[in-house]
Amino acid sequence: MSAQTAYKVDATQPDNYYGYRSFKKGKFSFRRDEYFVHIDWPKGSHTLPAGDFLRALQRDVAWNFFYGTVNFDSVFGTLNHYGTVDMFCGTFNDAYKAGGLDYMETYNSDDLMTTFKAILDDWTNAGYDPFAAPEETKQAFGRKDGDNKKAIERLRVTANRMVGIPGDTPVRTDAMGYPVNRQFADVEQDKPEVHVEPGFEKEVAAFNLFAYLSRSDVTWNPSVCSIVKESLYCPTSEEFTLPVEHGNDRVEWFMQMSDEIVWVVKDKVTGRPRARVTAKAGDICAMPADIRHQGFSPKRSMLLVWENASNSIPQLINEGKAPVVPVKF
Amino acid sequence: MSDVKTVFGSLANYQKGGVAIIDDDPKNYVFSNVFEVATKSKPYERVAVGKNFQYVIECVRAEGTSPWFACAHDEFALVMDGKVEIRLLKPNETLVPAEKEGAIRLAAEPKGKKMGRVVAGRGHMTLLPKGSAYQFHADKASVVTIQTIQGDVTIERWAEICQTK
Repeated sequence: MSAQTAYKVDATQPDNYYGYRSFKKGKFSFRRDEYFVHIDWPKGSHTLPAGDFLRALQRDVAWNFFYGTVNFDSVFGTLNHYGTVDMFCGTFNDAYKAGGLDYMETYNSDDLMTTFKAILDDWTNAGYDPFAAPEETKQAFGRKDGDNKKAIERLRVTANRMVGIPGDTPVRTDAMGYPVNRQFADVEQDKPEVHVEPGFEKEVAAFNLFAYLSRSDVTWNPSVCSIVKESLYCPTSEEFTLPVEHGNDRVEWFMQMSDEIVWVVKDKVTGRPRARVTAKAGDICAMPADIRHQGFSPKRSMLLVWENASNSIPQLINEGKAPVVPVKF
Repeated sequence: MSDVKTVFGSLANYQKGGVAIIDDDPKNYVFSNVFEVATKSKPYERVAVGKNFQYVIECVRAEGTSPWFACAHDEFALVMDGKVEIRLLKPNETLVPAEKEGAIRLAAEPKGKKMGRVVAGRGHMTLLPKGSAYQFHADKASVVTIQTIQGDVTIERWAEICQTK
């Protein structure tokens, strides 16, 4: 399909009482009321709070289905194949699998993304920001009340080489609309001393990463800040709960740069608990390629998410040619 | 005035978390702490604390003046504690073949043209541009992590730095 392909969104007229549209994609259907989202598929039904669904949907949209599996909860989610994407219910849930209730459909990624964006737009009310920490936004609940396109259409930052290099992604400032977040009010806003000899303006560069993160207006949204070939530094600011259980299709690394996050780690396929990881400032750890993880950040914190973006890794792991852990010792 | 307190670690003051196992092997998480690693490192050892195929994050205890290093690809140095000066130089001749990965240590300062220098404090990230040579200096013990590729100067001592039980 070309980039210009216009994909169809199967949506109803707004409900007379709640004001929201209902949507269909394949044999899945989606509807919401004041508090909940209801998902139906040929073998079953599922219900989850509207806020939880929208916060997860926002990340799945912003991350373009991300790496691997994005579990909205223990039942519903997507699995990225980088060009196509699976949407599933119960596929990665032991009980649903055993009961034969699991169901999956595969779509062109842009096709499903079109529907996801339409749902996110219609079900996000004025004043509700799915990217924000709960303390910083109105609630997701209630009947249809306007929209918040400005919040949900934020673009994920992707530096070409490093933030702050002339011509690359700029550092954040008050003037650009990025004030220091209330929970990082004490973070130093100083700048590195950069002394450049003539002719080397694009090669002698530095910026204050911690100040940059202190001005992030979103949570749980890794953005690429520096690149060594396929090695991507994707730092992010985190507060409250990672809205998804991220199932890895490759090893992912976390370096906690400030404060603390607790990670609940489960088996990627079955959802059985495997470990609880507490990361404090300076801690660094890997998330193996056969787990799913969800983070809990009591205070807004700075997390370095480190990814290897190589397209070949998922297949190497699936074929047993690459280990699910990064180091044997 | 906000009473918020953001907690950063340092060589002098850090707390380490850990892995509480339910049904797994703690080694799978390769869990360490950069301040602890730097505490136990010699100045300018480049100890891997993260590895993803060929890519690594190295942890460096910056103290005094380092040897000169060179690399054929970009690297990025992030100061986690202290203050570090990074001196950059464009060598007169190619020091590292283009296909070679990771940094190399040079025997002495190469001949070339000064590019500039950066004085970086906590949280500051500095580009170590491909094809350059660079040297660190820190008056007091500091901690730097480097985004790079595993190379000649990368040290692996996982069993010593990581949680095993």
